[in-house]
Amino acid sequence: MLPNTSWLKDLAISETGLIFDPSTGSIFTANTTGVQILMAMKEGKDAAQIKASLVEEFEVDANKAEIDIQDFLNQLTTSCPEKK
Amino acid sequence: MPNVAVTGLNAVDTPAPGVPVVRCLKESQEFKGNIVGLAYDALEPGILDNNLLHSAYLLPYPSVGPQSLLERIRFVHEREHLDVIIPTLDAELQNFIQIQKQLLLLDIHLTLPIEESLLRRAKVNLPKFAEEFGFKTPKTTLVTDPNWLGLTEKDLPVFVKGIFYEAYLAYSMEDVYRYVHKIGAKWGYPVLLQEYVEGEEFNATTVGHDGNALGIVCMKKLVLTDKGKGWACVTIKNDNLIDLTQKVVASLKWHGPIEVEVILSKKDHQFYIIELNPRFPAWIYLAKAAGINLPLLSLQLATGDEWCNTMDYQTGVVFSNCTTNLITDLTRIQTLFTTGEIHYT
Repeated sequence: MLPNTSWLKDLAISETGLIFDPSTGSIFTANTTGVQILMAMKEGKDAAQIKASLVEEFEVDANKAEIDIQDFLNQLTTSCPEKK
Repeated sequence: MPNVAVTGLNAVDTPAPGVPVVRCLKESQEFKGNIVGLAYDALEPGILDNNLLHSAYLLPYPSVGPQSLLERIRFVHEREHLDVIIPTLDAELQNFIQIQKQLLLLDIHLTLPIEESLLRRAKVNLPKFAEEFGFKTPKTTLVTDPNWLGLTEKDLPVFVKGIFYEAYLAYSMEDVYRYVHKIGAKWGYPVLLQEYVEGEEFNATTVGHDGNALGIVCMKKLVLTDKGKGWACVTIKNDNLIDLTQKVVASLKWHGPIEVEVILSKKDHQFYIIELNPRFPAWIYLAKAAGINLPLLSLQLATGDEWCNTMDYQTGVVFSNCTTNLITDLTRIQTLFTTGEIHYT
């Protein structure tokens, strides 16, 4: 289940993984996987589509991809509690 | 081609807004006039920079009163033909407001609030103003007698603030007593004790036009100095902060530059107003760099020129103070000390 993602549309995401939230000034860094998840969420993809793209891109099994996605989302909501 | 005088040219570790205001004007293609520096001390670094100013004059300290200020401005005006003055220091504003009508007779224009608005947002009156208009602000008490703080250990930590300048975060009662005495001796009483709200610091600045906020720019502080002042910051666009700034300007019927300082509480994710500063902030050059030249807008309002109300600016623009050294000649300082003025061009 993905959290509210409407705020992601304004995020500035660089190719190097620097993420800037222009409404709060928060600055994060993410690895390649994190950037891919964020970009996918920004494009409006659902959880199943994101999982499938990670499985294909990084050649991991579906369970591992799901755990990684959930772990990343937990970090995201902890870092931006006001966006929950 | 207006000639503009700007105050607050003390570019030290906690810089005053004057130098960035001058830079905003000088770098604007629309501005072609002369810029005159007005300072309270011959050693204010900004007035020693011949690349920045056409000339500079010393003013009597604000505590001397409005009449002396008016006489001095008349003297400067006879030589420089001033069209606009942009005051940038809290402590001088009341004097400028009091002589505004006389200055207008000399055809010198200012973009200033009325005295009632200035007083309503003063640190000592902020809790009352906030309560009246439904803004959140940290609980604040006034200390008029340093032996009676009205505070207990459970209220700590607390900010100890002067009525115009200086603030310290006190973690113990001993610190509170020390800071109250220190600030009281320097800036007088009351000294303010403001509840510490944990969270991130944001600021917004705008120019009010009879209660309408023109060109609001918001920033988040990235790096703080040991005095808690913003050293580096980044432009953001936060709808709640923009909305709050518009409401503050409307509630005060504000006219002129203003800075809204807030903390986004970690506890309830609400903005708490820390201070409402009646002038441009020292980070005003960031607003210009991001796309809104508020000192130029203020100048256009003062002269009655056509002005543009825009909210369009770039986010993610980073500002960082960067100290450097100014080399000058001792004769400049001697000239300022002995004659109270200096001319560069």
